[in-house]
Amino acid sequence: MEVIRLLEIRNLYASVGEKQVLKDVNLRVGEGETHALFGPNGTGKTTLLNIIAGIPRYTVDSGEIIFKEKDITHMSMDERARLGIGMAFQRPPAIRGLRLRDLIRIINPQVDADSLLEAMDFEGFGERDVNRGFSGGEVKRSEMVQLLAQQPDFVMLDEPDSGVDLENIKLIGQAINRLTQKDLRPSLRTKSGIIITHFGHILEYMKTDRAHVMLGGTIACSGNPKEILDQIKTNGYEGCVACLCPR
Amino acid sequence: MSKIEEKARQARAKKALYGTDIDLEGYEAESRGHEAVRRAEDLPEDVKKAALDVGVKLDSESSGAFVQMDQTPVVAETALEGVEIMDIASALKKYDYLQDYYWKLVSPDADKYTADVAASPPAGYFVRAKKGIKTVFPIKSCLYLGSTNFNQRVHNIVIAEEGSELHVITGCTTPSHVQRGLHLGVSEFYIQKDAKVSFTMIHSWGREVEVRPRTGIVMDEGSSLSNNYILLRPVRTLQTFPTATLNGRGAVASFNTVIYASMGNLDVGSNVILNAPETSAESISRVVSVGGDVIARGRMTGKVPGARAHLECVGLLLSDKGRIYSIPELDGQSRDLDMSHEAAVGRISEEELEYLMARGLTQDQATSVIVRGFLDVEIKGLPEELKQEIKDITQREDLRGA
Repeated sequence: MEVIRLLEIRNLYASVGEKQVLKDVNLRVGEGETHALFGPNGTGKTTLLNIIAGIPRYTVDSGEIIFKEKDITHMSMDERARLGIGMAFQRPPAIRGLRLRDLIRIINPQVDADSLLEAMDFEGFGERDVNRGFSGGEVKRSEMVQLLAQQPDFVMLDEPDSGVDLENIKLIGQAINRLTQKDLRPSLRTKSGIIITHFGHILEYMKTDRAHVMLGGTIACSGNPKEILDQIKTNGYEGCVACLCPR
Repeated sequence: MSKIEEKARQARAKKALYGTDIDLEGYEAESRGHEAVRRAEDLPEDVKKAALDVGVKLDSESSGAFVQMDQTPVVAETALEGVEIMDIASALKKYDYLQDYYWKLVSPDADKYTADVAASPPAGYFVRAKKGIKTVFPIKSCLYLGSTNFNQRVHNIVIAEEGSELHVITGCTTPSHVQRGLHLGVSEFYIQKDAKVSFTMIHSWGREVEVRPRTGIVMDEGSSLSNNYILLRPVRTLQTFPTATLNGRGAVASFNTVIYASMGNLDVGSNVILNAPETSAESISRVVSVGGDVIARGRMTGKVPGARAHLECVGLLLSDKGRIYSIPELDGQSRDLDMSHEAAVGRISEEELEYLMARGLTQDQATSVIVRGFLDVEIKGLPEELKQEIKDITQREDLRGA
């Protein structure tokens, strides 16, 4: 049985300012799947996520993004969010005068803020201004709390393990598993995700179904996450692509 | 003719230094009288509701209450021994010593507005916290401009005696059917040795109302003041520049100004004179304009060594129709001073907007959340109830981008 496609990207070319960063990206993420995205710095991973999120600075030159069978290529970012796309920012801004607890309530009035804060070991931060004066690890936990409130159908995580100690990596991995319903049997999962990680530490604490390597603005290779990560560790990104996905 | 009357007569046409000029002849000097009540809760419901709208909960616990409707004081209620609240006319009759405090910090001939107040029979409140009395609950006052085109003149005197603690919240408001009017308010604050005062003023006016508060404050040794002004609703013109003189060693003054201007011509700020060693002052103003023309002033004058002062004028300008003109002034007149300021006029950060929109907030919602946060000033020296009241007011107002 084929999995139901949640997100499909077809022949996507995209730019930041004058510079074309994405070149012919094709990607399919099925319902219940979590994908990992590897690749050297500056190869377009973050751009791809920002394009899917709809951040206005990034422009799609051609191609399309289909989400839940809707063409969202030119949809505003808040509409995409309400349609079920969520993103953890790598370096989110601080928002003065907005308490984290209030933001949680705005994102989802039905959710119990206390239990979410507790789940991320983040009690006491509810009364703090969002991300203001937060350490690296605290910022990541703040992002996870907000996503747990948002409950997106498709969650995007941009290096949730960078600058985070081991204990926090575990906590964040658990939160990602919760966001992507890894506590459910595979056939019951409907929520999906994509994660950018450099070192793969976080993958020891979360489950992924598929991995991709980005090189030069496109997806150069896709396959089993463990196999790809092992290849990258041994042969580097290009070596991995040459070995697993020869042209 | 008394000296005060004489000075007032001479300054009848004297324009104010700042703010647009008002033709006083365009407003009525007489209004109908209002019936006085013994207790604030006996006031008409619409008056109580209007007070509530400017953060003055007349039904909840307080140290006392004062309400003036147009030119008539209708409630002057003391709830705590050691705190005295009277209407100013009665107080002047009762206490001869008040002559030493009456028109001593604000001069009757400062401008045509003070002159106009001085030329009228006195109306307003007299509040005194006796020596050592510490209040927990605020004194609640409401100045209610209830007649169209009326010129409301108010003169308040507040005395916090040695070692006392006093919190006052004053809401000034017009009911929705009154759009046009004038409010002139003279206030004189005497904060004596080691006394601690917070004064919070919340304004909510009609679109054609003009407002000219005139405030003088004197602070003795070891005293402290937290002065807070909040205006989130439309007003035609407003000009205020309260002056605090820190005369005693170690006196500390803090001014917070929160403005959301959708229209009108506003000229706001504070003026602090640090006149004794170890005094310090801070003035923080947050201004959002979505169409209003706002001048945000701040002036600090350091006259003796060891005085410290900091000014912060930050503005968010969200419309081409609006203007924010930030004028921080530091005047050092001695060695060993520590005075600084920061001023900024800018826009809402794209990054913050995008961040909130990525969480599903619409652009309007995200803008409003950021604007509220910007106006949410951390105010020191306020009782919890008042902190909450200020927060609630900012939360419930409809604050949006242009």
